[in-house]
Amino acid sequence: MLRAILIAIGVFFSGFMLYSFGASTYAYLTDPPAKTAEEEFHLHPKEVEFSFNGPLGHYDRQQLQRGFQVFKEVCSACHSLKFVAFRDLEQLGYSEPEVKAIAKQWSIKTPDVDPKTGEPSTRDPVPADHFPKPFANNVAAAAANNNAIPPDLSLMAKARHDGPAYIHSLLTGYQAQPADLLKKFPDVKTPEGLHYNPYFANLNLAMPPPLSSEGQVTYSDGTKATVDQMATDVSAFLMWTAEPKLENRKSTGLAVIFFLLIATGLAYMSYRSIWADKKH
Amino acid sequence: MSFPWAAHYTPKAPLMKWIDERLPLPRLVYNSIGAGYPVPRNLNYMWNFGVLSGLALVIQIVTGIIMAMHYAANELVAFGTVEHVMRDVNSGWLLRYAHANGASFFFIVVYLHIFRGLFYGSYKAPREMVWLLGLVIYLLMMATAFMGYVLPWGQMSYWGAKVITGLFGAIPVVGEPIQTWLLGGFAPGNASLNRFFSLHYLLPFVIAGVIILHIWALHIPGSNNPTGVDVKGPQDTVPFHPYYTAKDGFGAGIFLILFCLLLFFAPNYLGHPDNYIEANPLSTPAHIVPEWYFWPFYAILRAFTFDFFFVPAKLLGVLAMFSAILLLFFLPWLDNSPVRSGKFRPIFKQFFIVLCVDVVILGWCGGAPATAGYVMISQFAAAYYFAHFLIILPLIAMFEKPLPLPNSITEAVLAKHNLQGEEPAAVPAE
Repeated sequence: MLRAILIAIGVFFSGFMLYSFGASTYAYLTDPPAKTAEEEFHLHPKEVEFSFNGPLGHYDRQQLQRGFQVFKEVCSACHSLKFVAFRDLEQLGYSEPEVKAIAKQWSIKTPDVDPKTGEPSTRDPVPADHFPKPFANNVAAAAANNNAIPPDLSLMAKARHDGPAYIHSLLTGYQAQPADLLKKFPDVKTPEGLHYNPYFANLNLAMPPPLSSEGQVTYSDGTKATVDQMATDVSAFLMWTAEPKLENRKSTGLAVIFFLLIATGLAYMSYRSIWADKKH
Repeated sequence: MSFPWAAHYTPKAPLMKWIDERLPLPRLVYNSIGAGYPVPRNLNYMWNFGVLSGLALVIQIVTGIIMAMHYAANELVAFGTVEHVMRDVNSGWLLRYAHANGASFFFIVVYLHIFRGLFYGSYKAPREMVWLLGLVIYLLMMATAFMGYVLPWGQMSYWGAKVITGLFGAIPVVGEPIQTWLLGGFAPGNASLNRFFSLHYLLPFVIAGVIILHIWALHIPGSNNPTGVDVKGPQDTVPFHPYYTAKDGFGAGIFLILFCLLLFFAPNYLGHPDNYIEANPLSTPAHIVPEWYFWPFYAILRAFTFDFFFVPAKLLGVLAMFSAILLLFFLPWLDNSPVRSGKFRPIFKQFFIVLCVDVVILGWCGGAPATAGYVMISQFAAAYYFAHFLIILPLIAMFEKPLPLPNSITEAVLAKHNLQGEEPAAVPAE
């Protein structure tokens, strides 16, 4: 009886699924779903070489410092970096006094309370502070940016597929909307105030091209500040903000794997020697 | 416990003798995973995954307890405390990556353990209770993993919680009150996060308890083996320790190597990037997908796109998804072929391979966006999934002519060694 009920359930679900398969195949063939502009024109990130790729990869301190400079002079006007503290910058090779100076001279001040009156006030950041946010709240951020809130960048390199390459592609990917696209999809003309970028998921984003001209920042190490170079450097910097322990992780990993290979080899030998007298 | 020739515990150290007389815990351990448990001598590497599942649970509990010391289950700060673990806690990145990837490895070894059981008929008499308790563990694992994934309070956490509890909302009349009751509100919020944290901490210990029952039930008939033939005498078995402890030690080494390769060199490979974006109730991710270990069931859920008369497609999908798991509880009575091992069941073996491919296809569709093409493939694969367990298995049991079984485990082992490269079944009985 139980088997009969179960088989009946199986016949129902299986049969209904086969019917659904037939019906949806029929619908697919008679009325194939039209491709959207995103499906046709969205591009995957470009291939970008980074020093931290691969199992032995590590950060290039010079590059991180250059990337930090791009963040400081360009991105930080709108984007926060709330999970990173000034003290973390020592990992980029800055000395303690340098970090203190960077914090003190940061253009955005840290919110505080006046110790005498209790009124809200601001003060210079210290190394223990996280990077202060450029806007007081989301309403202010949206109001200043054509209704789009600039996202926090701390984790951006891990919050997108192929993050660092994505950031690089996005920064260098601004272009005029292709004529092809407008011919095929006349309704999806980039709206006023948005910018066409095929690396962005829905093709139009509110951020104007942030890196627009060569030499926008002046690198102190003499590297030529092309748009591509600045994009690569800031992508590397944002990978560091997202995964500051990357080098730790990889070097620990190598030691652990080395240990485990030896331990497993020994475990295998003891397994063989214990079983030596038993056919199995 | 299981066989009359099992070795008896004789304490050597006076302290152990003293303890054993007052609380026979050393005896219990000796009889469960020591020399007092006789195990078939012919187990292959597929029998490593039970112990490996236990190892995975221990890794999860240890890393989880330490992380709970640094985490706060509050919607305002949860995401930030996870980043605090990653950045400021000593080796916190190691704990969190081990815990996140440990969940995946737990499911990998449990799935291999389950498919081992499916192929070698480990669910059949007299081991039905072992199978049923195993499924209870599996259900508890799914609940634990789901709630754990909500805790970082990223975008996928939030929207995953919304979608999964929304499944209960599909039940007519009482659905929406149930969903509200589960979440402690109309949408995931602080109440949901707190209860999920509480239960996520509790359930692993419930799992540990059911594992004890699972092993207890296993020790009544003793372990199954690749031939599926019952143990006939002492020559068929070896003591668990040192034979299988040594083999499991080697297995654990391989497991840890693979685990560490992922953990240290691609820790975010199995995760979703959207979960590095803080939960935002106002912004729905383009594709909401659960973790990979739920993909086959997610594909079945989404395969239901048509209403059946007055039953809406969503409700059917929910019923089908739960049925897809619950039907496994009836497996011992659906497949009543007297032969356990798939090795000696030529027709079953072929359908078993189809099932494996089918589940992989379902998983692949479940992880992909719900576009027409993937839905079509899911529908076909789901049809086979239900047909396999509920129609094909009972039919095979009726019509299949199994190959001749070896008379005993020892005979099969010796035949394999005398005639290398030939199936033991092809050897005539001595």
